Amino acid sequence: MDIRLDGIGHSYDDFEVMRDITLDIPSGQIVCIVGPSGCGKSTLLRFIGGLERPQIGRVLQVGDVPAGCLNPLTYIFQDFALLPWRSVSGNISLVLEDHGIRGEAAKAIIADVLDRTKLSDFARALPKQLSGGMKQRVAIARALAVNPAVMLMDEPLSALDAQTRELLMDDLVALWQRQPFTSVYVTHNLQEAVRLGHRIVVLSRRPGRIREVIEIDTPISERSWGDKVCQAKHDQLWKLMRDEARAADAELLHV
Amino acid sequence: MSDNPRTPDSKAVAFRGGGFAPKPRRWVGVLVFVLLIAIAEWGTRTGWISALTLPRPSDVLDTFRQLYESGLLFQHLAPSLSRLVVGAIIGVSIGISVGVLIGLFSYIRSGLVPLVAAIFPIPKIALLPLFVIWFGIGEGSKYALIAFGTFTPTVVATYGAVDNVDRTLIRMGQSFGLSWWSIVRKIVLPGAMPGILSGLRISLAIAIILLVAAEMLGAEYGIGAYILEAGSLYDLERLFAGVVILSLLGVIVSAIIGVIERQLLGWRT
Repeated sequence: MDIRLDGIGHSYDDFEVMRDITLDIPSGQIVCIVGPSGCGKSTLLRFIGGLERPQIGRVLQVGDVPAGCLNPLTYIFQDFALLPWRSVSGNISLVLEDHGIRGEAAKAIIADVLDRTKLSDFARALPKQLSGGMKQRVAIARALAVNPAVMLMDEPLSALDAQTRELLMDDLVALWQRQPFTSVYVTHNLQEAVRLGHRIVVLSRRPGRIREVIEIDTPISERSWGDKVCQAKHDQLWKLMRDEARAADAELLHV
Repeated sequence: MSDNPRTPDSKAVAFRGGGFAPKPRRWVGVLVFVLLIAIAEWGTRTGWISALTLPRPSDVLDTFRQLYESGLLFQHLAPSLSRLVVGAIIGVSIGISVGVLIGLFSYIRSGLVPLVAAIFPIPKIALLPLFVIWFGIGEGSKYALIAFGTFTPTVVATYGAVDNVDRTLIRMGQSFGLSWWSIVRKIVLPGAMPGILSGLRISLAIAIILLVAAEMLGAEYGIGAYILEAGSLYDLERLFAGVVILSLLGVIVSAIIGVIERQLLGWRT
């Protein structure tokens, strides 16, 4: 299943936040969206998952939803969005209960996703007992449980410290290698984009438009720190973004 | 200036943090009660508090003992407790339901918030004659008074608590395709529980206050009736014995809510 964005534009009141965004998200690829703050990257992600409606343009689902997929468009949020009163396994069973998956069937799925995210020992822990990185892994496990066609990740590593971020990036790479997933990955961190993205979409400052789409051909598993191609792409991205980011930073906030 | 260049003058950095974080200190609460009662006992015995100002605590205890031994205590306590329980359950359950509806629906909110604000400040005692006409002189009017009194604070606490539920959790529920009812049951209600329970402390205290008012008309037995009778006779020992029972009831209710909070809200950091 692919996703197609067709001429998306949006304003809040008379305040235009994005204009004419047309983009294809092909199956099996990770598409990173980067841009200066306030360029509407998170809003765009909410459009893709149907949590908000764009004023102009359409978000299209191309092709059939794969079999066994409970929730085709599944988010991973920056602030984890775990229910604090449910244990790790309770948080995962939450998203299965509404699909009528209970008892043994639910247990099997929960055990599988906890194993894939290396959380098997923490099934009964409450979110307050977990570190930030573990919380985000629970959120990833929860997303895997519904077998998504597309994972919509909204700055998933931004609330974590640098070391944890590295570890989780490795985990995401490992997960993708094991079973390639389609993903839209919004971030302001260029290193994450260069590490995880097959394509990196650079948005301009407000009103957000697509400035450039950069492709990285190096397979995700072979990318590493100090890799020449990655470093070059990172520098290229930063050159593209620096002026935009500076201008965006100098803008007055209309709140 | 120091003589030794390697160790210049040094002094410890003054501590200026700490405080502003009260911790539970066991038995201090009990100590305050014991101290106050001891002062009253000592004052009435030595005579600088006259018997008309305050009854002697030991006399109140004696009255209480008589009440217990004659079996009258339970004769008064049983109807009062049943009024309290039935009235509070009606008021709290309607209050929570209406509060959740106000928290979730724009029209209900716009329609009912002013109404709740209008009935909140009415002294419910003033409406007792009305309730007697509507629900009869029997138990009905007493249930209604207590229910009405607990309803308003519960509504206000509940919709405030629903407003404070983390919206990102609700978005999460929607993004996973949870049904409306599942979101309310599994996200909104548990998320509002801390606010609802702290509102419950207030509404149940009000229920105890209204118990006395409810027993003003048409009640032969009941703690409230007992207190009112003693009051009209200026029998201070019995009046105080009754008041002590209400206080104890308040402490017990508060302790029960404390237990429920520890059970239900252990997830809070």
